[in-house]
Amino acid sequence: MLGPEFIRNALLAGTFIALACGVSGWFVVLRGQMFAGDALSHVAFPGALAAASAGIDERVGLFAATVAVGAGIGALGRGVITGGGRMLGASPSEDTAIGTTFTVILGLGVFFLTRLSMSPSGGSGIQGAHTLFGSIFGLAAGEARLAAVIALAATLLTAAIGRPLLFASVAPDVAAARGVPTRLLAVGFAALLGVVAAEATQAVGALLLLGLLAAPAAAAHRIAKAPYAGVALAGLFAVLAMWGGLALAYVIPSLPPSTAIVVIAVGIYCASSVLA
Amino acid sequence: MTMAAELTSPKPSWNVARDVSELLEYHFMVNALLAGSIVAVMAGLVGWLMVLRRATFAGHTLSMMAFPGASGAALIGIPAAWGYFLSCGAGALAIGRLAGSRRRSWSEQSAGTAMVQAVALAAGFLFVSLYGGVLADLESLLFGNLLGVSDGQVLVLLAVAAAVVGVLGVLARPLLFASVDADVARARGVPVGALSIAFLLLLGLAVAATSQITGVLLVFALLVTPAATAQTLTARPVVSLALTVVLGLLVVWLGLGIAYFSVYPAGFFITAISFALYLGARVLVLVLPGRRADPLVPPPAQQGGVIA
Repeated sequence: MLGPEFIRNALLAGTFIALACGVSGWFVVLRGQMFAGDALSHVAFPGALAAASAGIDERVGLFAATVAVGAGIGALGRGVITGGGRMLGASPSEDTAIGTTFTVILGLGVFFLTRLSMSPSGGSGIQGAHTLFGSIFGLAAGEARLAAVIALAATLLTAAIGRPLLFASVAPDVAAARGVPTRLLAVGFAALLGVVAAEATQAVGALLLLGLLAAPAAAAHRIAKAPYAGVALAGLFAVLAMWGGLALAYVIPSLPPSTAIVVIAVGIYCASSVLA
Repeated sequence: MTMAAELTSPKPSWNVARDVSELLEYHFMVNALLAGSIVAVMAGLVGWLMVLRRATFAGHTLSMMAFPGASGAALIGIPAAWGYFLSCGAGALAIGRLAGSRRRSWSEQSAGTAMVQAVALAAGFLFVSLYGGVLADLESLLFGNLLGVSDGQVLVLLAVAAAVVGVLGVLARPLLFASVDADVARARGVPVGALSIAFLLLLGLAVAATSQITGVLLVFALLVTPAATAQTLTARPVVSLALTVVLGLLVVWLGLGIAYFSVYPAGFFITAISFALYLGARVLVLVLPGRRADPLVPPPAQQGGVIA
């Protein structure tokens, strides 16, 4: 299986993207920001379309859109969770604000899609399909290396801010009183999540990112109560889902890799809820 | 979308009445306006409760269920509408099962909802690639085809809307009670859990009907934005409910009217106008602090507390 180059590229990029998704996903679940992560994954699509219709590299638009929206959500949102896990102190319309904001961005996506289909280069349908569903088996060696480096950097950055972020997520008031810059952390983490979303979009697609972000992390939260074990487990589950999905998609050619990856990730979650 | 592109010829005059009558001469525009109006009323009413219950993420996930529904229906060869309704219904039950339990924390609930969505999208993608060549329809699946609504679709939509609004009318009082203060409602013998599932099913039904017209990705423009705008402006339930419906209708009519004279699709104008109204409402509330409304503590909660 390791023979063809496209498999090795997919494994290289996929492993680090999965690691980044698992690790940041653990904090997303902890902070109850799943909807924000979801919105980021959908925002990637209009971003890529906008860049394509402006004639810039799709990836530039992808990163610009997700990081900007991520930072915006981090700045606007006050979604904090108390120790009991209940949302408290959050603005009641926070998830509504996310919903409205990303709806209009999707509306812009339609706008750019129309522009793109009217431009002489055309061929928007295929491009849209790639952004929405990813094409991990279509990565070139250079793209795969770049994706791996960015994903690894995002993972390390998340780990670096892990301790204060954990404090700020679990007990925001206490953390703020102790001088932890909770606001800055929220914005920084959301922007980081934007990077991860843009990165993962290229591998599993905008619509399927959620599976890698939510399922391994939720499984880790069920099994491990200790934070560091949980983060490590979330990363491990995500990488396992990625490897398993790639292998499965390689063996069964009619099975898209994105589907296989998500199905295995959710399978891990189901197994964890039976066990724990 | 291709229909919109063909319609580059009409140019708006400044005589609005003549523009409107020109626009109404076309059967497809009449159907689009009818369908859009029905959707605006139904989505407005259901969306208002969705925003109140903070079930926005669940609603979004249900709108995504339309994707496996449509592609699965194409794969096994049944009408797409059945696929939409079946898969949205299944999605509502799955969310209710995975995320509905009150004992679960907020983060676990949203993770459960996210999981339902991930599986749905993965399944949809699988169906698309098994079917092969359906990607040509992807655009209309995602962004709808407001200008291609048939007479039959209008009738189905009307029937679904009547059913949804009817059931909503019957459940309105206990549902509002359970949405505003679940603990007190439970203590007073209101079946909060059953109501939650019932609401998700209604939401699924409304979303399935809406997304056939507006597309999977743009359901929210009509479901969440008018309701969010209205609830930003006023905390009084009846007023904001009425405002939601009015805003929804306004957005649909304006969006369709402008799209008729433009090369860009109606979905873009509908989302843009409704977002502009939402932003306007938020700014208005900021400028006039006296009008700040907090939908989470409307009068019914306090009443309930006093009675209990």
